[in-house]
Amino acid sequence: MKTSFDRIVRAALAAAVVAIWPLSGQAWEPSKTVEFIVPAGTGGGADQMARAIQGIVAKHNLMKESMVVVNRSGGSGAEGFLDVKGSEGNPHKIIITLSNLFTTPLATGVPFNWRDLTPVKMMALDNFVLWVNAETPYKTPKEYVAAVKKAGAKNMKMGGTGAKQEDQIITAAIEQLTGAKWTYIPIKGGGAVAVQLVGKHIDSSVNNPIEAVAHWRGGKLRPLCVFNDNRMPYEEKLTGDLSWNSIPTCKQAGLDVSYMMLRGIFMPGGVTADQVQYYVGVLRKVQETPEWKDLMAKGAFDTTSLEGKEYADWVAREEARHVTLMKGAGFIAGQ
Amino acid sequence: MSERSAERPAFRYRTAELAVAGLLFVLGAVVIFDSVRLGAKWGEDGPQTGYFPFYLGCLICAASAINLWQALRIRGEKNRTFVEVGQLKLVLSVLIPSAAFAALIGWLGIYVAAILYVGFFMRWLGRYAWWKLIAVALGNSTFFYLIFEVWFKIPLPKGPIEMLLGLD
Amino acid sequence: MDEIQSLLQGFAIALTFTNLALMFVGIVLGVIIGVLPGLGGANGVAILLPLTFSMAQTPGGQTSAIILLSCIYWGALFGGAITSILFNIPGEPWSVATTFDGYPLAQKGRAGHALTAAFTSSFVGALIAVIVITFLSPIIASFALEFGPAEFFSVYLLTFCAFVGMSKEPPFKTIAAMMLGFALAAVGTDPVTGTLRLTFGSLRLLTGFDFLIAVIGLFGIGEILLTLEEGLAFKGASAKLNLRAVIETWKELPRYWLTSLRSAAVGCFMGIVPGGATPASFMSYGVARRFSKDGDKFGTGQIEGVVAPETAAHAAGTSALLPMLTLGVPGSPTAAVLLGGLLIWGLQPGPLLFVEQKDFVWGLIASMYLGNIAGLIVVLTCVPLFAAILRIPFSVIAPIIIVICAIGAYTVNNALFDVWMMVVFGIAGYFFKKLSYPLAPLVLAIVLGDRAEASFRQAILGSQGDMGVFFSNGLVGSITSLALFLLFLPLITLVLARLRRG
Repeated sequence: MKTSFDRIVRAALAAAVVAIWPLSGQAWEPSKTVEFIVPAGTGGGADQMARAIQGIVAKHNLMKESMVVVNRSGGSGAEGFLDVKGSEGNPHKIIITLSNLFTTPLATGVPFNWRDLTPVKMMALDNFVLWVNAETPYKTPKEYVAAVKKAGAKNMKMGGTGAKQEDQIITAAIEQLTGAKWTYIPIKGGGAVAVQLVGKHIDSSVNNPIEAVAHWRGGKLRPLCVFNDNRMPYEEKLTGDLSWNSIPTCKQAGLDVSYMMLRGIFMPGGVTADQVQYYVGVLRKVQETPEWKDLMAKGAFDTTSLEGKEYADWVAREEARHVTLMKGAGFIAGQ
Repeated sequence: MSERSAERPAFRYRTAELAVAGLLFVLGAVVIFDSVRLGAKWGEDGPQTGYFPFYLGCLICAASAINLWQALRIRGEKNRTFVEVGQLKLVLSVLIPSAAFAALIGWLGIYVAAILYVGFFMRWLGRYAWWKLIAVALGNSTFFYLIFEVWFKIPLPKGPIEMLLGLD
Repeated sequence: MDEIQSLLQGFAIALTFTNLALMFVGIVLGVIIGVLPGLGGANGVAILLPLTFSMAQTPGGQTSAIILLSCIYWGALFGGAITSILFNIPGEPWSVATTFDGYPLAQKGRAGHALTAAFTSSFVGALIAVIVITFLSPIIASFALEFGPAEFFSVYLLTFCAFVGMSKEPPFKTIAAMMLGFALAAVGTDPVTGTLRLTFGSLRLLTGFDFLIAVIGLFGIGEILLTLEEGLAFKGASAKLNLRAVIETWKELPRYWLTSLRSAAVGCFMGIVPGGATPASFMSYGVARRFSKDGDKFGTGQIEGVVAPETAAHAAGTSALLPMLTLGVPGSPTAAVLLGGLLIWGLQPGPLLFVEQKDFVWGLIASMYLGNIAGLIVVLTCVPLFAAILRIPFSVIAPIIIVICAIGAYTVNNALFDVWMMVVFGIAGYFFKKLSYPLAPLVLAIVLGDRAEASFRQAILGSQGDMGVFFSNGLVGSITSLALFLLFLPLITLVLARLRRG
């Protein structure tokens, strides 16, 4: 008897919910804890952003159910992506991406493509800056590239995080454009790359702003240009008269290379528009908080934020670009 | 099972040595094989991907070959009992349920699998009263559920039963 | 002295009621995290990071937040030793070397002594490291800048040479085991070219073999299987259950002051470079075994064999915070998460942090003193409690341990496959141990293998194939020479002895 009673109550409740729905404007909401997948290890950039979002959501009560961050770094993030790919229709799972959204399937041949996922929202873009040691004479990327060419192929060292990932792709892009040739040295961790540059074990790096800013302010490193189409908007003075805004774009400085890394949120495939809209709403609220704005300024992020079709188009364009760049550099699996 | 049959050797040292050294030799060969496929030379700018693994594989094979040879020379009295039948039974009586436990995690989730496993272990090897083992098994899983899911917010694998209870 | 004044100011900041309460909460959480394998310090800190988010927005809150997180870290450093000693299962990577003598001690019924020695040495190591941080931070920070790929390789080589070379096991079995460890470390993505190797098309193998899973299986599961042969009981259940063991051990410990100092030096060096707490503990154990007059007895349950790795691990874990604060280079996965925390709270680690955020930095340093004292008190009072775990009947505790191991293996990568690997490693551990294939070099090879290879190849890439890079300056040259000297030391002593006789 109990079960049938249960059923009646549930049906009544469901009817009530449907009745209230249009009134309150409340569409879908999570009914249990949301898993926030990070396809990278703890402590990295993607992990930091995911945990910041988690912290902001908790602090401002932006979601009724809680959110847990799960690191699935296996196979350069392949495990994280495959987990989400395999959770089709599950609205209680979201994932934050970094460049391995493109590079991992291309470089390893893992059967995965971003089209297996549902794009939710681009949160920000990571900037990359070309850095040299402050004791070197180079003031512009042109001077530096000329010096690299003059030194001869592979005689200068470019350091970066990981192999065949964003840092090496930017290096390859510069090489393909200018004909200069570096020895690329993969080092674990962006902070370590910056320190290797301070210690003169490498000649340059394409560190994210936040990884190298302390050494810039300490007078050890010099930024040459930012791989963005526009200058960074942050005008707070960091060292002397200089701010992030003082750094020219690489294009302005005569090196026509632009690269930014996606910090975007995706859901599994096969979810409803309502469910996507829910997360878009939550993430919009996250972006409005002072904490988020602070995080963006500290990390000198590009705050471009796209949704819906624009976002998907952006990802498709970026994927095509990665294919071209990685093909040119010989980074594709089975090539 | 009589006392004597329990003390009978299940297998001797020679067999065990041969098996392990042989297995390592095969592993070494596999490593060599894949390293050669990837390129195991000292390239223009340092060692190639397979360079170190290639020599590692060679060393594993060489050392295992010597170990194999030495194992073959174990004869007579030196060929002691590696494990007695009774001991092996004990070891397997833990190993097999443990493997089953690992397999069950995928189906039932870690908490339910742990309840079954702990309960089974206590009943089978400890002959505890039912109420005791139910208390310990349930208590154990509840404790871990609280630690991981509730306090530390680490989702562990869960199965249909948690789904029914609305705990996932 | 400026430092002392700043430090006193730091104590004033750290010594509030809230901060002291946070310290104890952090330590207790940390010990729990440290006890459970897999749920490592990095995980624990990462999980609490979002909680500290609102904390850090209040005035002085950043200091409270870092005190909470760093105390979790200290707690984890302390807690890692507990399961190593009681069950031969390292709760954290850096407590692997603690099992070598800690577990035999527990088997002899001296679990309480081993735990006390481990906790006290941890404290001593941390204390020395904090003193070094307090007074020498500016000099040391620039020292870390000297370390490029070649220097890192020489440090790994030194770790390795300090540890091996004195194995009592058959030499060809040692070689086979060690090389197997290196081969396992090589599985997955090549760190330099990104090429996949030894994966045979398997997605599961892309990540390679995690050190912790191998250790949980080889040591923990393997040990349980071995124990079974001798009946359904853990040895050492007769451990004393009172604080007398603490006093007795304390009386014994001053004897090992030289080992403590040496281990602390090794630990500080490895923390600052940063080479990591796990290699530090192995290196320190190896060095202690060579230079102790009881060196032959290492591995059979020597207090000194617990003192050496624990002092070094804690010293390294503590001093690893220095390159994190001054250079933004995390010395361990946990430090990486703490670094992320600082960035999220809006603090920028780097040379200027000590100038611009004086209160924060000195509050943190003061909390290192206080946190470790709090930690020592917490864990020492629990020694009888921990030792009592051994009295729980085998058929109750063994399955629970295996469940804990499975959870630990799973949480490393959140992958079920790893639980299976753990069982396989367990079977391997059982056979290896019985056939006297040494496990320690195997494990060390898994820990150091990929790092050593990566830094070797980075160095060679940089020098364009010239091996001379490992002797190219005074620093790298002397470390490499020291490593080679240690490697050939047994051979040299042998030859000298022959010559003398001849």
